[in-house]
Amino acid sequence: MFHVKQPATALALVLLATPALARDNIQVAGSSTVLPYATIVAEAFGENFDFPTPVVEGGGTGSGLARFCEGVGENQIDIANASRPMRASEFETCQANGVTDIIEVRIGYDGIVFASQKGGASFAFTPAQWYNALAAQVVQDGQIVANPYTNWSQIDPSLPDQPILAFIPGTKHGTREVFEQRVLEQGCKDSGAEDAFVAANGGDEDAAGDSCIALRTDGLSNDIDGDYNETLARLEANPDGVGVFGLAFYENNTDTLQVATMSGVTPSTETIASGEYPVSRPLFFYVKKAHIGVIPGLKEFAEFFVSDDLAGEGGPLADYGLVADPELATTQQIVTDETVMAAPAS
Amino acid sequence: MTDIPLGDAAPAAPRPARSILETDARTRARNRAETRFRAYGLAALLVGLFFLVFLMSSILWNGLGAFTQTRFALDVELLESELDPEGTRDPAVIAKTSTFGYGDLIEAALAKAVAASGIQTDLEPGDLADILSSGAAAQIRDRVTADPSLVGQTVSFDLLASSRVDGYIKGRVTRESLADDKNLSPAHLDIVDALVADGTIARSFNMAFITGADASEKRPEEAGMGVAMVGSLYVMLTVLALALPIGVAASIYLEEFAPKNRFTDFIEVNIANLAAVPSIVYGILGLAVFIQFAELPQSAPLVGGLVLTLLTLPTIIIATRAALKAVPPSIRDAALGVGASRMQAVFHHVLPLAVPGIMTGTIIGMAHALGETAPLLLIGMVGFVASNYPDGALHGFVSPNSAMPAQVYEWAKRADPAFYERAWGGIIVLLVFLLLMNLVAVLVRRRFERRW
Repeated sequence: MFHVKQPATALALVLLATPALARDNIQVAGSSTVLPYATIVAEAFGENFDFPTPVVEGGGTGSGLARFCEGVGENQIDIANASRPMRASEFETCQANGVTDIIEVRIGYDGIVFASQKGGASFAFTPAQWYNALAAQVVQDGQIVANPYTNWSQIDPSLPDQPILAFIPGTKHGTREVFEQRVLEQGCKDSGAEDAFVAANGGDEDAAGDSCIALRTDGLSNDIDGDYNETLARLEANPDGVGVFGLAFYENNTDTLQVATMSGVTPSTETIASGEYPVSRPLFFYVKKAHIGVIPGLKEFAEFFVSDDLAGEGGPLADYGLVADPELATTQQIVTDETVMAAPAS
Repeated sequence: MTDIPLGDAAPAAPRPARSILETDARTRARNRAETRFRAYGLAALLVGLFFLVFLMSSILWNGLGAFTQTRFALDVELLESELDPEGTRDPAVIAKTSTFGYGDLIEAALAKAVAASGIQTDLEPGDLADILSSGAAAQIRDRVTADPSLVGQTVSFDLLASSRVDGYIKGRVTRESLADDKNLSPAHLDIVDALVADGTIARSFNMAFITGADASEKRPEEAGMGVAMVGSLYVMLTVLALALPIGVAASIYLEEFAPKNRFTDFIEVNIANLAAVPSIVYGILGLAVFIQFAELPQSAPLVGGLVLTLLTLPTIIIATRAALKAVPPSIRDAALGVGASRMQAVFHHVLPLAVPGIMTGTIIGMAHALGETAPLLLIGMVGFVASNYPDGALHGFVSPNSAMPAQVYEWAKRADPAFYERAWGGIIVLLVFLLLMNLVAVLVRRRFERRW
């Protein structure tokens, strides 16, 4: 550490750390899927309240929750956005670091859509087809074999004769977990591969589940660690590619993307709200109760986020692509009462 | 060679008579090699030039659109019954109507404007509002809360059109591309065409892009670079205030006073190495030291400035030492010879002569820092941050802000294609600043530098 920059650091610390710097703005970070909604709310909050506009950062659900659980204090974030529920391990980290009282707020639902470049072949997928396209091992003629498929039409003649090339969210995204649960595991079950894996693992269902979501590594399935714009750029460079997007992103880019149906249902806010479209997930944000009353406007912001004006049907969030939560009133009550969440089941 | 006695050997065959004007095979080969080399050099230059022209033209092509914006001149009737039913004109009462309360007024005004332009449409008033930016309500509300006497009157506003309408006027959005779009339909464009014809909708210079704040993902039409520019200014002030004195003091000590031993050699090697450390490393250091240890606020330009100071220091130290080294020893010797102390020799004679070199190095180091995004990622300066101007001159150091390159990166990530244009426009603004700084550096060098 004792390089020449040491005096600079020391001087800066002495000069600047002495006065206590009270923070008067809310700090939010986390899921890039929730980010657009959070910015819309933050902007409206700044317009309609006397509090400063909250700062909203992205970074992904995993990194947002990691920062959230670092501790309580003015130099820690107040709210973490998440596109999946908090895991038990994350909850434990939070507890260990003194973030004991956490309010879990579900803001609504979001669909995950499968889209390819506009003008290319159109797709009608089922989860089983995705499983067969992406898994490391599939079941062929009753045998577990390394994934032999390189073309969609080899999996199912109804699919276009097009090489398999998929761009899916990387593991730091909450979207990935939903993709694994609702598409890969479902497909694994539907295609009967899960039973084969259970048999091969001597009845160990956890190991079978891991085999279901183990992806091929031969370059046909690509993890995208950036945001949806990166997926879009990869699709533009690879006309054969199929990408995984959030519904709101697709709705903003209908001029370049065409969406695929899943199990025969076209994704839209209506089909997701009715539960017909199978690949949807709830979106959350988590609030540190200890920060309420310390950071000005924190509770007002949380209440404003889930108010009918914003998160309700026909509100600006629904306009942007959020599927309004039918049980929004319950959520509003949770925020008003500052009800603390229980430990998630692991 | 002809003088060498050849003994009794037969005289060598006479060399064929040859004019010096005539080149032989070897000379021709050497000349060809030179011609080829020149061609390679020229080709390399042309390739470089091609990329530069390509880059510049694509930046201008993509980004100039951000400097104009489509606006909608709308007369809005500010109904007393909606905004101030009691007739109090009390600002506190009027502020109670949130931006959502203005939606009906805007829809009514829009329906009127469309009817006045003589177009028949099947669109509901609620759908018509998609022509306008969703920020229109806030724009009207701000005017009304600032001047409650407007309530009850019909006031004309210059509102922003939505990003899709703006894209249509700029040629980015077409009727075909709207086929599956939820935000705007081709029916809207018929209305837009008619309103453009009667001058209600027009495209004008977009001052708000240069002075405005960042906007949410639903309102690309509102987003501007202004606040991020202020953020960059505060970052640069911090860098200048810390890196210049520390860098110059360190260089003077190392160059003029420090003994030459293994310890100072070690420091020198480290400074050279620090200049090559990837900038993200400084970001991690900044997060650990300034935010987690020193508990400075997140997203503050002050912290950004501290981190970038670390990044700029090696550049300034290396440039300053080179400038000090370039001052001939005779100057020092003369000063010492007439009885000056070493400190007097340095501060009265050597340093003034090295100032142009120091300034050039400082400006280039700061231009480098101005374009840095990676270290800012980790200290919370990238995101939806630059949404408000700081409250006062000193607040600017600690109130959350972004910086210009971070703002460009943020826009490039967003879903709405209209932000893409903004990102390129932001690059133009950033490049103008960088070119200006480099120009100043060149001018300082030309004007003041002395050579011996």
